Amino acid sequence: MSSSILIKNGHVIDPASGLDEKTDLLITNGKVASIGDNQEGNGAKVIDASGLIVSPGFVDLHVHFREPGYEYKETIKSGAMSAVAGGFSSVCCMANTSPVNDNGTVTSEIVKKGLEAKAARVYPIGAVSKNLDGKELAEIGEMKEAGAVAISDDGKCVLNPKMIRSAMEYASMFGLTVIEHCEDESAKDGVINEGEVSARFGIKGIPPTAEDSIASRNIVISAYTGLPTHLAHISTKGTVDAVRLAKAKGLKVTCEVTPHHFTITEDELESFDTNFKMNPPLRTKEDLKAIKEGLKDGTIDCIATDHAPHASWEKEVELDKAPFGIVGLETALPLSLKLVEEGVISLTQMIALLTCRPSAIFNLPGGSLKKGSPADICIFDSQKKWIVEPEKFLSKGRNSPFNGKTLKGKNIVTIVDGNIVYNPANL
Amino acid sequence: MPTATEELNFTGKNLIRMADLTADEIRGLINTGLRFKEVSEREIKKVPALRGKTIVNLFFEPSTRTRTSFEIAGKRLSADVINISASASSISKGETFKDTILNISAMKPNAIVIRHSSPGAALIASQITDCSIINGGDGAHAHPTQALLDLMTIAEKKKNFENLNVTIVGDILHSRVARSNINALRSLNANITLCAPPTLMPPRSDVFGAKITTDIKKAVKGADVVMMLRIQQERMGQGLFPSLREYARYFCLTPEVMKETKDDVIIMHPGPINRGVEISSEVADGNKAVILYQVTHGVAMRMAVLYLICGGTKDE
Ligand SMILES: [Zn+2]
Ligand SMILES: [Zn+2]
Repeated sequence: MSSSILIKNGHVIDPASGLDEKTDLLITNGKVASIGDNQEGNGAKVIDASGLIVSPGFVDLHVHFREPGYEYKETIKSGAMSAVAGGFSSVCCMANTSPVNDNGTVTSEIVKKGLEAKAARVYPIGAVSKNLDGKELAEIGEMKEAGAVAISDDGKCVLNPKMIRSAMEYASMFGLTVIEHCEDESAKDGVINEGEVSARFGIKGIPPTAEDSIASRNIVISAYTGLPTHLAHISTKGTVDAVRLAKAKGLKVTCEVTPHHFTITEDELESFDTNFKMNPPLRTKEDLKAIKEGLKDGTIDCIATDHAPHASWEKEVELDKAPFGIVGLETALPLSLKLVEEGVISLTQMIALLTCRPSAIFNLPGGSLKKGSPADICIFDSQKKWIVEPEKFLSKGRNSPFNGKTLKGKNIVTIVDGNIVYNPANL
Repeated sequence: MPTATEELNFTGKNLIRMADLTADEIRGLINTGLRFKEVSEREIKKVPALRGKTIVNLFFEPSTRTRTSFEIAGKRLSADVINISASASSISKGETFKDTILNISAMKPNAIVIRHSSPGAALIASQITDCSIINGGDGAHAHPTQALLDLMTIAEKKKNFENLNVTIVGDILHSRVARSNINALRSLNANITLCAPPTLMPPRSDVFGAKITTDIKKAVKGADVVMMLRIQQERMGQGLFPSLREYARYFCLTPEVMKETKDDVIIMHPGPINRGVEISSEVADGNKAVILYQVTHGVAMRMAVLYLICGGTKDE
């Protein structure tokens, strides 16, 4: 078991317990042992966190680590290292690997590789359907026993309404939530948001209704069955409005938003730069405004990166031929802090969106600094400015739309299960 | 051929899309094109302007017309013109677009004409290489030499672009020709009217700054110029309109529709035409159609573009 660590003089913020003060935090036996001023470590390693914020480690419900099958894009190890570099102590990885994570054997393999990585906790998300084909249910029970924390065909939408309902009903037996990638068939062959930029430049559009129709469908099924539905990476005003209404009715509807969808818009596509191509696509200023309102009023439950690494050569092609997706783990914190600086949300709200709120959706450990909780912690500098240089990412992916941008806020130390797994400054 | 370089306002290294050009640059290109038209009418249709220069026609999708037009234009300027088509090169062997552009550039041509089905391909190419890039049509994005030859045709027949009524009818959604003409005509302060079924008009077509209607008679009323776009048969299978027959019923330019235009209207079409679909034979073969002039002007305008991009600078 790990030795003791004393984090001194940090600004400790834990939304789950309402803690927000300059104090010390002691870790022993991999757990948060005590919080309070002037603690004696009794031989513990001391980290001086003066001027830094001490937060529960971040929890990302949506990443794509490409193992098994596409290790040239990302491995579980490189992904888990990228996570801790960004302040994430827990990540949930989607099932669209090769082979697909649609059975317990693959799930177990991911869990094993995750433990070997000795970085972030890696939680597998199992597939809804075998081979993500949307036809037959995957072995959800077996995957749950092997460690799956949710199920999703992400990358693809479960188009058949009967299938998604079956999945929700069947998964409920194991206490698992189904995550939907909301995209109907009207998005087929689309490249960027259907709007001003697609009209001007003759690029095939993905209409916002492609997302809204499926989000609404899932809300309707959730209302009818009483079962939970979690909507991945929502990107449109229509879906934010639909979720707000669903929550007002008390339905078990939750959703996540990515940092890129609350930071940049379709206007970036004027450059035809493939690093701005992801699915769902960057939307309009109105959508961005609606997402910020959703973050502010609690309609949106959490921030998730949809970290989707690709090899550089795969992105160095024509816009319509490039794969969807961008890396996000190592830029999520500063982009989220920008919301705080803009006054959209408070720092405590931001931390909640990255910690206790996502962990609650899938009942994951962590996300809190309550005494006795697992010592999953990140220590970050909310003021440090740095230039995004994708070559320096711990992820294998270099496909960041924020390449070359100066961002403010950087994670300094990450502790997972009481072990220091990221500390390049040697605090 | 032009000698007074001070009149030539276009000094760009690349030609990617009309939106990148100023009104003066467009006028400069039109004037240069009109001068080169004379070369094509000589007995010996060749000038030494680009002797020793190499132009690569890099075609990722087949287009005999545009390729031939660029090839003739280059040869009339004495350039060496090499045609590379997707099927004949390594493009189909898994090489990335970037690799292909870098490989062609490494052979040091003076300009690469790119034709591609992907919007933005020419722009991306220009960011990869130092070689001059000329967009020969990229998906539904842009086709600047087509717009320039269209403008040259209009300039020859009409005095002024200012407040000229130009109507474009057809598949605006998928048309690079429409987009390039709209951008150029806006720069020159023409009045633009677009006419198409709503399924062939992009959502957010308000960005075009044009009048929009689904009624072809209203669209051509008082028009000085009518541009008809080619309708692609494969759009039918995409649920965008029911049949060529029904399309023609509402959007074909017939003598009946022509009654609404000005008497001195000119009728344009980028070709190849679908007789009886977007344009009736009477109109296509009538004295108001300038469709074959457009083809002739295509060569002259491409000579102008190649000349200004490859040879127009003093240091070469
Ligand atoms: Zn997705
Ligand atoms: Zn995803």
